[in-house]
Amino acid sequence: MPHRKSLALVWRRREQRYKMVGTRCATCDGHFFPPRGFCPNCRRKGRIEEKEMAGTGKVFSYTTVYAPLEGFEELAPYVMAIVQLDEGPRLTAMLCDVEPEDVEIDMPIRAVFRKISEDGKSGIIHYGYKFRPNKK
Amino acid sequence: MVRNVAIIGTGMTKFGEHWEKSLRDLIAEAGAKAVDDAGISGKDIQAIYGGTMSAGRLNGQEHIGALIADTLGLNPLPSTRIEAACASGGVALREAYLMIAGGHYDVVVAGGAEKMTDVYTEQASLALGGAADQEWEAFFGATFPALYALLARRHMYEYGTTEEQMARVSVVNHHNAALNPLAQYPYPITVDDVMKSAPIAEPLKLLDCSPLTDGAAAVVLASEDFAKKMCQEPVWIKSSAQASDTLPLHDRRLVTAIDASVLAGKQALERAKLKHKDISVLEVHDCFSIAGIIAVEDLGFTRKGEGGKAFEEGVFDLGSDVSINTSGGLKACGHPVGATGIKQAVEVTLQLQGKAGKRQVDAEYGMTHNVGGSGATVVVHTYGRDV
Repeated sequence: MPHRKSLALVWRRREQRYKMVGTRCATCDGHFFPPRGFCPNCRRKGRIEEKEMAGTGKVFSYTTVYAPLEGFEELAPYVMAIVQLDEGPRLTAMLCDVEPEDVEIDMPIRAVFRKISEDGKSGIIHYGYKFRPNKK
Repeated sequence: MVRNVAIIGTGMTKFGEHWEKSLRDLIAEAGAKAVDDAGISGKDIQAIYGGTMSAGRLNGQEHIGALIADTLGLNPLPSTRIEAACASGGVALREAYLMIAGGHYDVVVAGGAEKMTDVYTEQASLALGGAADQEWEAFFGATFPALYALLARRHMYEYGTTEEQMARVSVVNHHNAALNPLAQYPYPITVDDVMKSAPIAEPLKLLDCSPLTDGAAAVVLASEDFAKKMCQEPVWIKSSAQASDTLPLHDRRLVTAIDASVLAGKQALERAKLKHKDISVLEVHDCFSIAGIIAVEDLGFTRKGEGGKAFEEGVFDLGSDVSINTSGGLKACGHPVGATGIKQAVEVTLQLQGKAGKRQVDAEYGMTHNVGGSGATVVVHTYGRDV
């Protein structure tokens, strides 16, 4: 097991790994997650402000992954989804607390904070959001 | 004033698992074949553009521009590596084309190479995952096949595309590869074979996915004056177009289409003053079977949502009005990532020169479509037998 000495991994400083903080353009009401510093629609006329998303949305598309990336082996098979947030932005995330065969497009889901992967048995643990079914 | 540009020589290695050959060996073989085929000497060449996606991760080798010039004995010519993920080769071809069209050079070599089987599959997957968005896709567990699976699932949902229709794309590719001695998998498969293969990222199965491949390909491009003087059967690059879109799939306007393909395809036809019916040989970027279906829709060879049905009905079979992936495509000819865009140009050139052997089709004009990542880069070229 190689021992890594320096791990100033930038993701740990990303607020978006812990809560759904994005941005909104006050000119066109466009919502952005991850946050954008300027509005691609209004460009110079855009007025960007911070906006925390509610963390609720629905499944836009999904797949069950049988051949995982390194660091995700113990989770396979797992479900990855494109999530459509209620505010509009889409993002890619893992679904949790649900069996693959129970997932369907348009299923309501909500964000939860979870361990994402680990850098080997003695390495850094990566944290971030996953989404789980949001029973009404 | 834009000048006309021709392909005057082509060369490629066999695609497959070359355990006995290094990246350098593959480049040497393809480059030498292309220069020999052009019937020119090294002194005629003025510049080199080479595409490779991930030589750094796969082989620990960067500084590929210098490696290519050195390997081909072409020092001190300017030699530049192009990286655009799976579109590296196509973009290298376009850069070479632009340099001649713009009057900077008269003879340029464009090539592409990838040596993928010197690492474990997991490491190759990590390298290929570099085509996706590391911070917002891969970090959360999205593999590269998973992205195309997300695209496939939504396409099935919106248009009723079936897994059997996707399997047909692989079947067509394998049929053609069986006629191509340089293909990695030169044998036919059936829809049933695809349906019974192991799941990778549902709904995609092993035989929906292009393989890991070692290989290299190269073409020699020349200006009109040089080509007419030196070459009996030049194939003319009628147009070149390239477009970009968001790096992560989820940010795109649509998940069921690749807008960059739509735009580059439209621009390529307009610039060449060609119509769809003129194109009878077409190499599309079928890194996954669903990508073949989406490509024919995006490029306008079928209506949106009807790509799967068209493959099922044999619309794109060898010898039809538009033969797709006569080489065997990425699926069955193989996908040495950086070489693929150049291999597509080699295949269309051979077809237009009447040198495609058992897979020869009757064609006046051709097109190549090369995609980087899940569609963030697309480059399209058209080709013809007349200037």
